[in-house]
Amino acid sequence: MTDIVMLTVVGVLMALAIGLVAKFFGAKTDPLVEQLGELMPGANCGGCGFAGCADYANAMAAGKAKPGSCPSMSDETLKKVCELLGVQAEKGDPKVAVVCCSGDDHHATRVALYNGVNDCLNAMMVAGGAKGCTYGCLGLGSCARACPFGAIEILPTHVAKIHPNLCKGCGKCESVCPRHVIKLVPRSAAAINVYCNSPEKAPVKKKVCSGGCIGCRKCVKAAAEGQMIINGFLAAVNYDNPPPESVVEVCPAKCLRKAE
Amino acid sequence: MTEQTIKMPDTSQLVVSSSPHYHDRDTVQKIMFKVIGALTPAALASVYYFGWRAFMVIALCMVSCAAFEALFTRMMGRELAINDGSALLTGMLLGMNLPVTVPIWMCLVGSLAAIGLGKMVYGGLGGNPFNPALVGRVALLIGCPAAMTTWVKPVGCGFAKWVDATTGATPLALIAHCDATTTATRKAVESVASAGYPSVLDLFVGNCGGSLGETCAIALIIGGIFLICVNIIRWQVPVCYIGTVAIFTGIAYAFEPCAHFNPILHILSGGLMLGAFFMATDMVTTPLNRKGSVVFAVGCGILTCVIRLWGSYPEGVSFSILIMNALTPLIDKFTAGRPFGK
Amino acid sequence: MAKKHIKFYGGVHPSEGKVSNSESIVNAPLQELYTVPLQQHIGAPTKPVVQKGDKVLRGQLLAEAGGFVSAPIHSPTSGTVKDLTTCLSANGSKTPAMIIESDGEDKTADPLPPFENWEETDPAALKARVGEAGIVGMGGAMFPTIVKFSPPQGVVIDTLILNGVECEPCLTADHRLMLETPEVIIKGARIIGRILGVKRIVIAIEMNKPDAIDTLTQAAKGTDVTVMPLIVRYPQGAEKQLVYAVTGRTVPSGGLPAAVGCVVSNVATTAAICEAVCLGKPLYERVTTVTGTPLVKPGNFRFRFGTLFRTALELCGGVSENPAKIISGGPMMGMAVYSLEIPIVKGTSGITLMSRDEVVQYTPSACLRCGRCNDVCPMTMMPGILSAQIEHQRFELAEKWHVLDCIECGSCAYVCPARRPLVQHIRRAKAVVSAARKAAAAAAAKK
Repeated sequence: MTDIVMLTVVGVLMALAIGLVAKFFGAKTDPLVEQLGELMPGANCGGCGFAGCADYANAMAAGKAKPGSCPSMSDETLKKVCELLGVQAEKGDPKVAVVCCSGDDHHATRVALYNGVNDCLNAMMVAGGAKGCTYGCLGLGSCARACPFGAIEILPTHVAKIHPNLCKGCGKCESVCPRHVIKLVPRSAAAINVYCNSPEKAPVKKKVCSGGCIGCRKCVKAAAEGQMIINGFLAAVNYDNPPPESVVEVCPAKCLRKAE
Repeated sequence: MTEQTIKMPDTSQLVVSSSPHYHDRDTVQKIMFKVIGALTPAALASVYYFGWRAFMVIALCMVSCAAFEALFTRMMGRELAINDGSALLTGMLLGMNLPVTVPIWMCLVGSLAAIGLGKMVYGGLGGNPFNPALVGRVALLIGCPAAMTTWVKPVGCGFAKWVDATTGATPLALIAHCDATTTATRKAVESVASAGYPSVLDLFVGNCGGSLGETCAIALIIGGIFLICVNIIRWQVPVCYIGTVAIFTGIAYAFEPCAHFNPILHILSGGLMLGAFFMATDMVTTPLNRKGSVVFAVGCGILTCVIRLWGSYPEGVSFSILIMNALTPLIDKFTAGRPFGK
Repeated sequence: MAKKHIKFYGGVHPSEGKVSNSESIVNAPLQELYTVPLQQHIGAPTKPVVQKGDKVLRGQLLAEAGGFVSAPIHSPTSGTVKDLTTCLSANGSKTPAMIIESDGEDKTADPLPPFENWEETDPAALKARVGEAGIVGMGGAMFPTIVKFSPPQGVVIDTLILNGVECEPCLTADHRLMLETPEVIIKGARIIGRILGVKRIVIAIEMNKPDAIDTLTQAAKGTDVTVMPLIVRYPQGAEKQLVYAVTGRTVPSGGLPAAVGCVVSNVATTAAICEAVCLGKPLYERVTTVTGTPLVKPGNFRFRFGTLFRTALELCGGVSENPAKIISGGPMMGMAVYSLEIPIVKGTSGITLMSRDEVVQYTPSACLRCGRCNDVCPMTMMPGILSAQIEHQRFELAEKWHVLDCIECGSCAYVCPARRPLVQHIRRAKAVVSAARKAAAAAAAKK
């Protein structure tokens, strides 16, 4: 019986001591930063341009950054943040990542059997990744591992696929991709995309991938002036002035496609 | 005559990988089976001294460890990795750490603890900080101390019959008992010895009570030397471990010969040989470089002596190795070599 | 006679497989087309000085050095510049290249006047010749030799070490060169000795090449060059290990052998320097070993740069079985390639083919912590711990654990029983860490 009493007393005393210490010696934090911090999504994706959510909250509280740069914050939360800071919300155009490659196992050739670390960056350092096309997706998932939202899936046919509903457009995948296949585009204009990244001439491309853009300019002609751009032998959607979705029908290589 | 055609390689199926392209062709599997092979003489000796039940205990532990590993890898959705032999080795070591009288259910519980708590919770082979076999043994030792410390005398050339339950304390249990009575004199020690204390020769060949695998020092030494020769264990570990125990107990013996047993008995009894050659040398749970291994072995030696001389348990090898296992990452950090030229 | 041999820490002894060490060097026949890459060295890219359609002669300058750390490229034969295009290089990337169509006459341009009396020539002129001739480290690193011969102000070089170790399995090009042209190597050594003003010239040869040791000892009689036999151990040919084995000096981390008063030069490079000085011949050919069990007839050949791997294999009579791996270089440090349309360049010391059952696959299995990689690492690093850190993207930790000191010799992966791709992990970390350092330096410079 005395044991129980003693333990209880000791426990209460210790709890009190901890509480007092925390009260008097605790680190002083700005209540604004704390409140902001609670509203942050906590994914630490870096899409805002800061090192992480806490960093961004600090910057906002100090007036060095504006709300709205966070790609994964919902509109409601943004409103609350703006109320806290007493500023107008100005949300930028949301972005979405697109894997500009059709080179899955059905279309692209492999020139060798790669054996080693299952990571695109590592593979790039061994004979350039052993995929016929030196511009396409290696499909070893560096981007999928980098994505803080789990929005990237590596298909069994060895090509990365982005789920637009999960993608917040933070750009982590874009920065990690050694082949620069992933492009960040405005979500509003991303209905159709050119799924090819190779600037090579059509015959060179054809040898290594049957899904690549052949630079035939049919889409350029079918779309209105300035809606499709062609760089060398690679067509691209002008995201400032996107073409209608019907343009995809003219593409003979089926590499201008609707977003899945 | 047509011109001789030259066969050129087909380049479509070439393998590309990072250098080096040569390998010495050793594998994890080969290492595990070599260790199992090295343990076999001691296992045979245990069957010789303790009868067929010894064989049954070791075999049961091996099979159940492999089965538990299969079960857990299945549950974790991993590829089955039984054939790397690591679970069999864990089972063999566990079995050799149990007394011959151990009930069957305890073998199973020990295997479950070894594979489940000792290995798979950490992610399987390579991730475990503690030696799985020792985790299993210690779990049983703490859970059922009575069953784990009931030793029987060997039946002599007893391949023939199951052991009858003539209990006989291990030499170390005698020592612990002797230590507990602080008034013990040389005479008391001698009287204990005359009452059933095995001779050095008996200890050397294994004709004394104890866990299955720990009694026959000569068989363990043969296995250990084989492992040193095939570069699986480092000679520094057993030498430093046993050396430290010898020096430590030697000092204790020199100061108080009446209260302590002489170092030779300390070295040859208990699980020291088994621990020094097969458990303090476990690859996964011990330091990476040689310097670290030496620190590890010396630490094990000191802890073993501390537990044996002053602790309440008669045996300190398992605990000392487990404690040093916990210190391995620190040892690794502090013994990390500076690169050539730094 | 008993000489004390200094042993460096770690190292391994892979099976030597030097099947072609009794094959004399054969001059490869003239090809119709040469694909000459315009970057055959580490450093700044070269600038082409000829146009498409130009007529060129053998030894004529095709592209000039693009900086101090750079090396010019010379034409392998006489003919026409057919095209300026790209070609595949051994590391899998595309590099700019010049296609030279041979006219079959192989007329020389004699672009560089030979120094008749090099013993009296100004060392600075000799050094300039090394640069003009486009000489780079022919052991595989392809580092411009002139940079090596220009130690920083105040550094005194007292020892020149000729690297005749050839510790890489299978390769025999340096071995044959030492046997067949010992006097060229000795002369080259003395020329370098004059350039650097060194007191001691040592030719380091492993004891598995007793014939080369004898030949060079004979040839070195009456000169100040000595031959030093070394115990057989891979990677003794690595600069830092070689300096240690020969002189007992430790090259500081991140430093060059010059920091301890040594310069290491490969025997093939040395021979090329001799030819550049005494014959005025720029670097446009080299001895390369073509070897491997699938080959019908392995051998050592003198190839002009720009000869394709395909040609090299044809000269060996093709293959008897389909190889599973084709390696540019030797099996320990070479690069696996997937095409035969890769040209031989200044650093191609060998082409090694491996059969299906010789190839060992790497697996992503867990580290067993056996510590063998520690025991063999000649740089006394901890490859096992590093690879685990790198697998978890902890590059800043890897940097703290000295990842940049790795010489990528492959001893760790050679012994790893779990067959982890240790070198590949470390290579990636080195790239990431050096990129981060460069970025940090650039940011600091901006401020």
